[in-house]
Amino acid sequence: MPIIKQKDYKTWKKFDRKRDLLNWLCWFLGTLIFSLCFGLISSNTIWFYVFDSHNEALDLLGRMIPPETNYFYTLIKPIWDTLNIATIGTTIGTLIAIPLAFLSANNTTPSKKFIRPLALFCIVSSRSINSVIWALLLVAVVGPGVLAGIIAIGLRSIGFCGKLLYEAIEEIDENQIEAIEATGANKAQIMTFGIVPQILPAFTSISIYRWDINIREATVVGLVGAGGIGIELDAQIGDLAWAKVSVILLTIVVAVVFSEWITAKIRKAII
Amino acid sequence: MKDKKVIWERKPLIKNKLLRIGLILLISTYLLSVFLTTEIDWQRILEGIPRGKNFIFAFFPPDFITRSDEILAGIFESLWMTIVATIVGIIISIPVSLGAAKNIAPKFVYFFSRGIITLSRSFQEVILAIFFVKLMGFGPFAGMVTLSFSTIGFFAKLLSEDIEEISKSQAEAIKSTGSNWFQWINYGVQPQVMPRFIGLSLYRLDINFRESAVIGIVGGGGIGSTLNTAFDRYEFEIAAAVLIVIISIVMIVEYTSSHLRKLIK
Repeated sequence: MPIIKQKDYKTWKKFDRKRDLLNWLCWFLGTLIFSLCFGLISSNTIWFYVFDSHNEALDLLGRMIPPETNYFYTLIKPIWDTLNIATIGTTIGTLIAIPLAFLSANNTTPSKKFIRPLALFCIVSSRSINSVIWALLLVAVVGPGVLAGIIAIGLRSIGFCGKLLYEAIEEIDENQIEAIEATGANKAQIMTFGIVPQILPAFTSISIYRWDINIREATVVGLVGAGGIGIELDAQIGDLAWAKVSVILLTIVVAVVFSEWITAKIRKAII
Repeated sequence: MKDKKVIWERKPLIKNKLLRIGLILLISTYLLSVFLTTEIDWQRILEGIPRGKNFIFAFFPPDFITRSDEILAGIFESLWMTIVATIVGIIISIPVSLGAAKNIAPKFVYFFSRGIITLSRSFQEVILAIFFVKLMGFGPFAGMVTLSFSTIGFFAKLLSEDIEEISKSQAEAIKSTGSNWFQWINYGVQPQVMPRFIGLSLYRLDINFRESAVIGIVGGGGIGSTLNTAFDRYEFEIAAAVLIVIISIVMIVEYTSSHLRKLIK
């Protein structure tokens, strides 16, 4: 942090001249990229609709309010399905993620050259395909319904849990493993007594976190037919029954806030 | 004493025996009730397996060439959307995250900002996209607005948690020099949260690109529209190519962003 002398007084500046120039350059480039990108977007946009959107929004709100509260009772089964999709999906996802994480962590993988990249590829491809796309594929295979949703959520969770878990495995304390090794433990025993206790807290918090995310994801897999409240949402939007749509949206908000509250409670109880 | 063997046993995970058994019972009743209330049509699944096989084989070989123009256009549109949406979202979420930090904002601002965050986090990008597409018409602009809006919830929540954890003494030191509020934020708070800020921005860039692949399905532009068109035309070879392109770009983005994050740390 340089102090700049100007004739008879000193001023403090946060950065020196070089850093200032560099900062300026970064801002300049950032603004340039931003405006270029925005220009390209705007050339593909019909601005008439965008400028008209506030009228459209008011119109939509007028149709959504008041919500048709009686409709809520038909939503109980779909919301139960949504909850199940998230819970069972998370369970399946984490169960598959555990071996994958062990295969892809640098310190536990059986072969760095061959198996690790393969396991990493599984993790990344599961992460990069959104659960809606997974659901889209699975509805074609197992048919529309809750099962497709469960598998889609499960497949999507593998990557997330696997990635966080293998990072947790890579950060474990090697001394503890050495201590277990010194007792003459075999590989499986090292795993259960040396590694597992160290990653258990990370594992629980990862799976709870993923469950929280999955409640949200489970609300949309239904849009492509994979069960849960999304099916109702899709149907009511298709019917233009906006008073019912607003009930569904409110239910989703309540469910999400509830799941967030539960996860916060569980996390406090565990950690 | 000699004939008595001392055996070490692992401690159970939950100490209270009653709680342990209760939890197991609770979980098993839950699983049973799920099993009883979920209709799974095994007939359909058995039928679906050969169909699924055909379906998967229809993806091979991936066809990059026939519609390479559309794929490229989709990818670039997704990239523009991602960049603009991330920047706009972050710029909006800075004041929101300041408002959502307990140690900076007064009570009513805090609750207002938390409300915005909850609203933006409750809805999946796809649901938001349906509404924004309805309001603003098809195309990348609606997709961009969707991504920016969902960026706010994610970014402001995590950043505000970081702001709440700053060291008070540094912030107070700046305050004691007689700085005004903006100087206080700029010199007392901002340098402390900057590493996290950059890390989160890169992370969100990564997420936004991935999400841009989905919101296209409901009309939000980008590579998702290309994917959806391919599905609608039953051109599964092209859909496979699009999926492979998405996966590889995500891999590149993720690799560079995690590398950059390590570099910054």
